[in-house]
Amino acid sequence: MSQKSELVTLTAEQMSAKLRSGEISARELTQAELDVIGAAEPSIQAFLARSSEEALAQADAVDKRRAKGEELPDLAGVPVAVKDMIVTKGIETTAASKILKGWIPPYDATVVARMKRVGMPILGKTNLDEFAQGSSTENSAFHPTFNPWDTTRVPGGSGGGSASAVASFESPLALGTDTGGSIRQPAAFTGTVGVKPTYGHVSRYGAIAMASSLDQVGPCARTVTDAAMLYDVIAGYDDHDSTSLPGKLPSMAAAAVKGARRDLKGLRIGIVKEATGDGFEPEVNASFNEGVELLEGMGAEVKEMSFPNFLHGIRVYYVIMPAEVSSNLARYDGMRYGLRVMPPAGVPQTAANMMACTREAGFGPEVKRRIILGTYALSAGKYDEWYGKAQRVRTVMIQDFAKAFRDIDVLVCPTAPTSAFKLGEIQDPATMYRNDIATIPANLAGLPALSIPSGLDGSGMPTGFQIMAAQRHDDTAFTVASALESAFTEKWGAPIWTKMKTPWLDSMPEE
Amino acid sequence: MATFTKEQVKRIGDLAAIALTDDEATSLESELNGLAESIDELNTIPTDGVEPTTNPVFLEAYLRPDIAAPPLDRDAALASAPATENGMFVAPRILGEE
Repeated sequence: MSQKSELVTLTAEQMSAKLRSGEISARELTQAELDVIGAAEPSIQAFLARSSEEALAQADAVDKRRAKGEELPDLAGVPVAVKDMIVTKGIETTAASKILKGWIPPYDATVVARMKRVGMPILGKTNLDEFAQGSSTENSAFHPTFNPWDTTRVPGGSGGGSASAVASFESPLALGTDTGGSIRQPAAFTGTVGVKPTYGHVSRYGAIAMASSLDQVGPCARTVTDAAMLYDVIAGYDDHDSTSLPGKLPSMAAAAVKGARRDLKGLRIGIVKEATGDGFEPEVNASFNEGVELLEGMGAEVKEMSFPNFLHGIRVYYVIMPAEVSSNLARYDGMRYGLRVMPPAGVPQTAANMMACTREAGFGPEVKRRIILGTYALSAGKYDEWYGKAQRVRTVMIQDFAKAFRDIDVLVCPTAPTSAFKLGEIQDPATMYRNDIATIPANLAGLPALSIPSGLDGSGMPTGFQIMAAQRHDDTAFTVASALESAFTEKWGAPIWTKMKTPWLDSMPEE
Repeated sequence: MATFTKEQVKRIGDLAAIALTDDEATSLESELNGLAESIDELNTIPTDGVEPTTNPVFLEAYLRPDIAAPPLDRDAALASAPATENGMFVAPRILGEE
């Protein structure tokens, strides 16, 4: 393995240590990641835009500050990729939609501003399903992204770009957004770690709105500690987001370090019974059960718990989410930014016709499907029957979880019912939606939830283990995840990514 | 009875300001009816006396301190507009005939 390959396969935590000791510079590290991107992109296509010059300038600024002897934050100089659902000042942001193609945002999202303040070079913008709507990244208006474990398979979605970028060593860290599983399901499909924080822990200011009562920004990484370090950078109160929770948060990195001691005595764990049987592939269940045994081996008390409404979450979601989507995406009207398509000749050239033609041309099929469904759910005839009902069942689910968390500390289940499927394999929307059946409930209830790799199935594809905690107890989820990650890694003899073939790393330029 | 007819899909398209093609309306009709059947199963869950949820994490409404801050400046706000004139957005006409 070349020196450069060794550098990029380090964890963010290890990169941080080498930057601190002066063994490497931020520029060297950033250039190494840009070289991986250059070598990997033809086969992975994780990025929609690269910001190489900006990234190197940010790296140089960090090196300069360090040379002056400044005390810098842990992740100063550690590069990061950003899902193209999050706005970046001066860097094209599209949400993978034709309607925003070419849009250069005039401001940074709060999470981006915080990463810049810490000195994290931003490598570029990662691919996604259009407006984060999908579970495979095949709905991107521009191109699909491929799973680095097997490029005939999808990386999951909507954040397939961020997950693949991290899995393929194009970046040690990335940001995602998670409305129904868009960070966690891609993490499961790519053998990486993905975290959806408690609703309100991370600012949504500058995260392009999909479904505002469900959306949350979170970290993607190869290890739990790396994800925790990025979480600590982006989380915390922001007065630009009215749903941001006031108050100081504990260090998630410290919670992860605590977990790595692998002492879970006294910890109470519930298994979601409904998310472990029928409809979940036997191999997914098998690796999940191995994880449960490891947790028991570390002293945790584990019991099965029934959540009769858990699997109804997907039905609640497919009312509330499209309703919010139809409202949020009303802003794409061809007036102030983004695409404008005038009506064809012979049709009155009015503003209303321009909007209808712009939205017809600018949105893809999945986005239209959800806008139509949501517009209907909010119409006079269905408002109570669908929207009101879904909001009430949502309350019941929140109460079910709150009651359960009186007796347990975390809930666990597989992240997704299957491992990564082939591109083009799933055509039917309802079948595609089922991918998120185990991840959606955490969004509906505002719970922190994360996914870590639980092994490889018979086809050599990763499976995911999901850990959910009570609202505002993200640190507990990190502790348990870190303990389990450590136990799995010991069992496998090495981190899961060492099992992945990476021909793009061998073809990198060496100097 | 099916929830959606093709005519209804087109009407909702008008309400949502999307000029759906005939083919799109046809495929949406069958896809959405499949989803509607599944959504209707929510009615089997008892929710009498249950309040609806809008924000999943309880947060008491509060006012932030009233501190003035500069907004986006006009040039930046107009920079990505499809059409501008004299520092304003230009929209197609709202009312009237050709």
